[in-house]
Amino acid sequence: MATLARLQARSTFLAHQYYFRNSAVDVFRKKEYDAAVKIQSWFRGCRIRAYLRYLHRVATVIQKCWRGYLGRQHYQLIVKLEFCTMKMNLYNAMAVRIQKRWRGYRIRKYCFNYFYLKEYLKAVSETNDAIRYCYQGFAILDELCDHTAWRLKRKNTTLFPVYSMLNTSSHQMCGFSMPGNLRHQEALEEFAEMKEREEKKADLEREEKKRDYQARKMHYLLSTKQIPGIYNSPFRKDPDPWELRLQKAKPLISQRPKVKQKRGVNISNRLACTSARSLPQSEILPPIDRKQCQGPFRDITEVLEQRYKPLEPTLWMAEPINELKMAREELRKQEWMRNINDNMFLPFSSYHKNKKYIPLMHSSSKYGPNSYGSQHFRDENPKKWICDKDFQTVLPSFDLFSKYGKLYSKAGQII
Amino acid sequence: MSQRQVLQGVMSLLRPLLLDVVPTIQQTAALALGRLANYNGDLAEAVVKGDILPQLVYSLAEQNRFYKKAAAFVLRAVGKHSPQLAQAIVDCGALDTLVICLEDFDPGVKEAAAWALGYIARHNAELSQAVVDAGAVPLLVLCIQEPEIALKRIAASALSDISKHSPELAQTVVDVGAIAHLAQMILNPDSKLKRQVLSALSQIAKHSVDLAEMVVEAEIFPVVLTCLKDKDDYVKKNASTLIREIAKHTPELSQLIVNTGGVAAVTDCIGSCKGNIRLPGIMMLGYVAAHSENLAMAVIVSKAVPQLSVCLSEEPEDHIKAAAAWALGQIGRHTPEHARAVAVTNTLPVLLSLYMSTESSEDLQTKSKKAIKSILQKCTYLPALEPFLYDAPPNILKHVVGQFSKVLPHDSKARRLFVTSGGLKKVQEIKAGPGSLLQEYINSINSCYPEEIVRYYSPGYSDALLQRVDSYQPLAN
Repeated sequence: MATLARLQARSTFLAHQYYFRNSAVDVFRKKEYDAAVKIQSWFRGCRIRAYLRYLHRVATVIQKCWRGYLGRQHYQLIVKLEFCTMKMNLYNAMAVRIQKRWRGYRIRKYCFNYFYLKEYLKAVSETNDAIRYCYQGFAILDELCDHTAWRLKRKNTTLFPVYSMLNTSSHQMCGFSMPGNLRHQEALEEFAEMKEREEKKADLEREEKKRDYQARKMHYLLSTKQIPGIYNSPFRKDPDPWELRLQKAKPLISQRPKVKQKRGVNISNRLACTSARSLPQSEILPPIDRKQCQGPFRDITEVLEQRYKPLEPTLWMAEPINELKMAREELRKQEWMRNINDNMFLPFSSYHKNKKYIPLMHSSSKYGPNSYGSQHFRDENPKKWICDKDFQTVLPSFDLFSKYGKLYSKAGQII
Repeated sequence: MSQRQVLQGVMSLLRPLLLDVVPTIQQTAALALGRLANYNGDLAEAVVKGDILPQLVYSLAEQNRFYKKAAAFVLRAVGKHSPQLAQAIVDCGALDTLVICLEDFDPGVKEAAAWALGYIARHNAELSQAVVDAGAVPLLVLCIQEPEIALKRIAASALSDISKHSPELAQTVVDVGAIAHLAQMILNPDSKLKRQVLSALSQIAKHSVDLAEMVVEAEIFPVVLTCLKDKDDYVKKNASTLIREIAKHTPELSQLIVNTGGVAAVTDCIGSCKGNIRLPGIMMLGYVAAHSENLAMAVIVSKAVPQLSVCLSEEPEDHIKAAAAWALGQIGRHTPEHARAVAVTNTLPVLLSLYMSTESSEDLQTKSKKAIKSILQKCTYLPALEPFLYDAPPNILKHVVGQFSKVLPHDSKARRLFVTSGGLKKVQEIKAGPGSLLQEYINSINSCYPEEIVRYYSPGYSDALLQRVDSYQPLAN
């Protein structure tokens, strides 16, 4: 009993102590709880971070490999492209070289011969000088016309097609005969005298040659020591002049018939390449003493014709590639040259005035034109329609109307 | 009014005298009428109104040669004034009688008849056709072959008047074989005959290429070139007209003329005469040069350009200057070589001054402007272009600067010359709208030079430098 009383007396103290100790602990409970949470969360965080680091490393490796692969692919593409570009540039450069040569060759050979032009101009200035200073002697004129025509005929190329007409007309020019009345009579007389003298001289020479030839033929009639010839009659004082001629003459030897050298067909006449120096010309080839080449050969003329066929460029080749652009430029230049007024042509007289366009009231109001009366003629109000089907034809239409326009007669004009 | 009455009075007095019995009186009356009509158009009209013509025509058929001569003289005198009077003569049937007179023996009658026909045919194509229809042309060709010089002259002049109107008429004349006879007469020493013959040939040749070729086939070259050196001015003029008419048709014909030395002859002819005589020669050079660049080069080689520039500067008349400007433009427009040949003779400033001066006629201005444009397009001869930088108007300046911008990038000597002659300075001073073609050209010229030089020559540079001097603070040591 005493313990009970002691316990009971201490029970409130116990209760207070119990309560007090529990509440004292409560103060630190939160703190300790927070501390535990912090430690745990830190530890968890460390673990997760380590895991993340691992993941990062792995991802980096994968991405590295992939980017390397992509980059190498890209690089190969670039290298290929570069290489192709380099090759194309090389081809272009080579093609330009070939085209350069070819174009220069073609122009020089087929289109325009500079040296021919130079010679022509020289011939023209020579003729001009003749006209200027020697117009009195028509003969010199004649000669020069001959000379000009000859010089032009010598290079009878197709390069100057204009000269084809010239050749014919220069023939006519050179056929110009000495007319009767001349202004400068003295010049004509002088010239006539000169011509006469020349003619006489030529005649004399011809005679001389004839006599010489005769003397050579009659050589056997020369007098010998024993027998005097017919021209050396003993009854004459001095021998006949024919005798002396016979003495001087060389006897005629009958020759073997000359080997008539047949010239090889002059090839350059038939070819487009007409410069005589471009083909070797020899008259007789040296003999070849090995056996003949075997085989049927084509006719040499055919072969050469084919080989030296003149150029017929396609239309595409015949013009330069920027022909269109150049032609447009040319046209523009010509127009600029021709135009007296350089201002642009303005299409309307009030083009330059910046007037704003004011539309009609009729078409600019929001109460626009009503389509009733022009588009449709029935006043329709869809809201009042009972059903949405159109009217049906209950009665059949007349036969007459069904045959409308389909009869033979042309009165309906629909057939 | 009183003059009219006087005229009527005179006509009424002379008319009965034409029907007089005594032949001398008839002839003298006819002669008087002819002289009156010759003097004045009104009198000629009075002759026509006085119904004298039918009488004359009727008696022309029958009377002796003196009367015929006088009557033909009257007809000529009346017909020369106007086409209406000539039509009146044709209407009263005078053509047939005149053609009959052409067959007469007396050369004087033939000459008078041919003269009258020539004057009638001169006015227009219908009258010419009427003359041809009357069958005059073969007889005229026969007249040409007669020995009398005066008759030849008149017949040649009549043929020239007939063929000048239309190609068909010229063809009619050619068909009768007139060209051969005319060509033979070129060498006749008589200068008046030569005038008419050359005029006839040029009227024939001017219409078409075929006719010109026929005239050329008569082998007139190079004989015609001697006529260019004749003493008589009109022979020279007609000869150069003939050559011009032939040269203008096709390049082949011009080539023919060049090959016979025609260009040199024409150039000398231009040099030796003045005024309107030169004009056909100048035009001929222009036509020849216009056909192709080779022909233009041949013209240049014949030393025609200095002569043309002399003409351009010397001549007082505008139309001759215009023709010279046109010819120079045709020569210089083909390639840079040609433009250089023209520019070297210092004609471009003359052309520019003609274009700019207010006194020149519109035609001259237009032609010189075209010539300048066409030469400038091809001119790469810079010393000739430089004066243009200073005086040219803006539309021409643009093209001058354009030419500079084409040449300067490639030629270092030219660049140096451009700077030393002050051209670069002038170019900097040109004001151009941004983005315009002129500005582009100026930029391309500026890009040929280092920047310092461009800045040095830009206007206001000395002021900019002075400003920098003002604002410069020297470093305090």
